[in-house]
Amino acid sequence: MTRPLVAIRSVSKTFGEFQALKQVSLDVSAGEVLCLIGASGSGKTTLLRCINQLTPVDSGGIWLDGELLGVREQGGRLHRLTERQIARQRLKTGMVFQRFNLFPHKTAIENITEGPVQVQGRSRDDARTEAMELLRRVGLTAKADAYPAQLSGGQQQRVAIARALAMKPMLMLFDEPTSALDPELVGEVLSVMKELAQSGMTMMVVTHELGFAREVADRVVYMDHGAIVESGFSRDVLGAPREARTRAFLSAVI
Amino acid sequence: MSNSAPLAGGFLDLSKLPVARQAHWRRWIAAAAILAALAAIGRAFANGQIEWSYVSRFLTARVILEGIVNTMVMAVLAMALGIVLGVVVAIMRLSPNPVLKSVAAGYTWLFRGTPLILQLLLWFNIALVFPTIGIPGLWSARAVDVMTPFLSALLGLGINQGAYTSEVMRAGMLSVDAGQYEAAKAIGMGRLRALRRIVLPQAMRVVIPPLGNEFIGMVKATSLASVIQYPELLHSAENIYYANSRVIELLIVAGLWYLLVVSILTPLQMLLERRFARGFSQIAR
Ligand SMILES: Nc1ncnc2c1ncn2[C@@H]1O[C@H](COP(=O)(O)OP(=O)(O)OP(=O)(O)O)[C@@H](O)[C@H]1O
Ligand SMILES: [Mg+2]
Repeated sequence: MTRPLVAIRSVSKTFGEFQALKQVSLDVSAGEVLCLIGASGSGKTTLLRCINQLTPVDSGGIWLDGELLGVREQGGRLHRLTERQIARQRLKTGMVFQRFNLFPHKTAIENITEGPVQVQGRSRDDARTEAMELLRRVGLTAKADAYPAQLSGGQQQRVAIARALAMKPMLMLFDEPTSALDPELVGEVLSVMKELAQSGMTMMVVTHELGFAREVADRVVYMDHGAIVESGFSRDVLGAPREARTRAFLSAVI
Repeated sequence: MSNSAPLAGGFLDLSKLPVARQAHWRRWIAAAAILAALAAIGRAFANGQIEWSYVSRFLTARVILEGIVNTMVMAVLAMALGIVLGVVVAIMRLSPNPVLKSVAAGYTWLFRGTPLILQLLLWFNIALVFPTIGIPGLWSARAVDVMTPFLSALLGLGINQGAYTSEVMRAGMLSVDAGQYEAAKAIGMGRLRALRRIVLPQAMRVVIPPLGNEFIGMVKATSLASVIQYPELLHSAENIYYANSRVIELLIVAGLWYLLVVSILTPLQMLLERRFARGFSQIAR
């Protein structure tokens, strides 16, 4: 078996008294699209944030492209990486937030070029050319110079996807990218994501859009109370769930 | 589309009637009272021991003009120092490092907790504590030579201002949504770059009105530097009236200049606010 792009091993995370993740282990291969589903508070967001190191894990480990994230093993002990090293590791992942989090004082294209120019030190002209290409991919060429406040939610989220892609990540993380959107705007964002999946991007998507999961995901993972209850091919998990809890969740959602 | 259901009659047709002007009696009375009071004060000044010719003569006297220039130079430099210190201290205050945090809190506590005039006098007389200052082995000088009125005033006013500005900056930075910081991290930015590129520009929008306020305060606070012989506006006015005893006339001269400067600053602040409102004007908040 080839080495997975993401390997999550026995990851636990506690907030105060509350255990948000309990010994979670999961592999994601390159090019795979994985959907995470589960009830509110089941730890889906926390898992994505651990992969992007916005939240440090308490125990266990996450390997991305063979590299252990956040810590370094030396002499039988784990040493936390510096902020700079963590920032460098983060470049391999792109994150799309539920609430877009575009930079409101920058135009759409400035949002996209900010990372390439400021962090990766690329030339402004190259970055702009690539940003225009990304805007074309998400269908927003005409909105390059609009500020986020002048865009609809769906347009903002598509710019946010372009902003993440501009860093050329090997893994894209989506945290409920459509749940802050009006229903009529969900489709435009999902179709951008679908196109991205078809281009071969490795994606982990937290979503309540089961139609998207069924159509686009290779695998679906069902989480409950901080643990993975069931995972498998999307048609199996969504079509014929083995676990009673998965079945209950799916019948409640549909 | 016309309304198919018939409307009930018996209501006055208002569309033909003009709207009567409202008589604001109370406003007129209040305005008259205020004008009368102002006239009385004006009369007192006009009939008092004030030689208005002195006011107009000294308004553009060389010493006074130099004084206002020194005042503005000091206000701008001290405010600049205050803003730099304020930003650094605010960042330290919000850092996860407990050492930086307590240093910042201690700084604010010390310089907000003592009177500005006392701090100015301390800087000016620092030679009593440190007779010589310098970098060991490289450079040293007698503190009395280094601590000119200019430098003492700059340090006193700027460092004091930094303590206040840091709180304004901290409030501004806290007003920026935490999601902005996370989005900046997610595109690989470190803490300082995220602050400089993403958080601070958004905080500026919030902090400019209070900073404008602080700057107006600073213009006037420079007058305290007259106690350490810095030749700012009030000090110049004082020097003249020590010689010619026209106390009230020269205080009026100084007052008019302070008013003029502060009146010019307000529209400048508006321009700055507009500059930093980019991208926000469409949000109805
Ligand atoms: N920073 C935090 N401090 C304290 N508790 C937290 C924190 N972040 C998450 N939690 C808790 O951890 C649990 C899991 O949260 P998480 O956001 O991962 O759930 P989720 O599956 O994404 O839910 P949702 O579908 O509502 O987004 C929740 O009970 C939440 O209250
Ligand atoms: Mg969530």
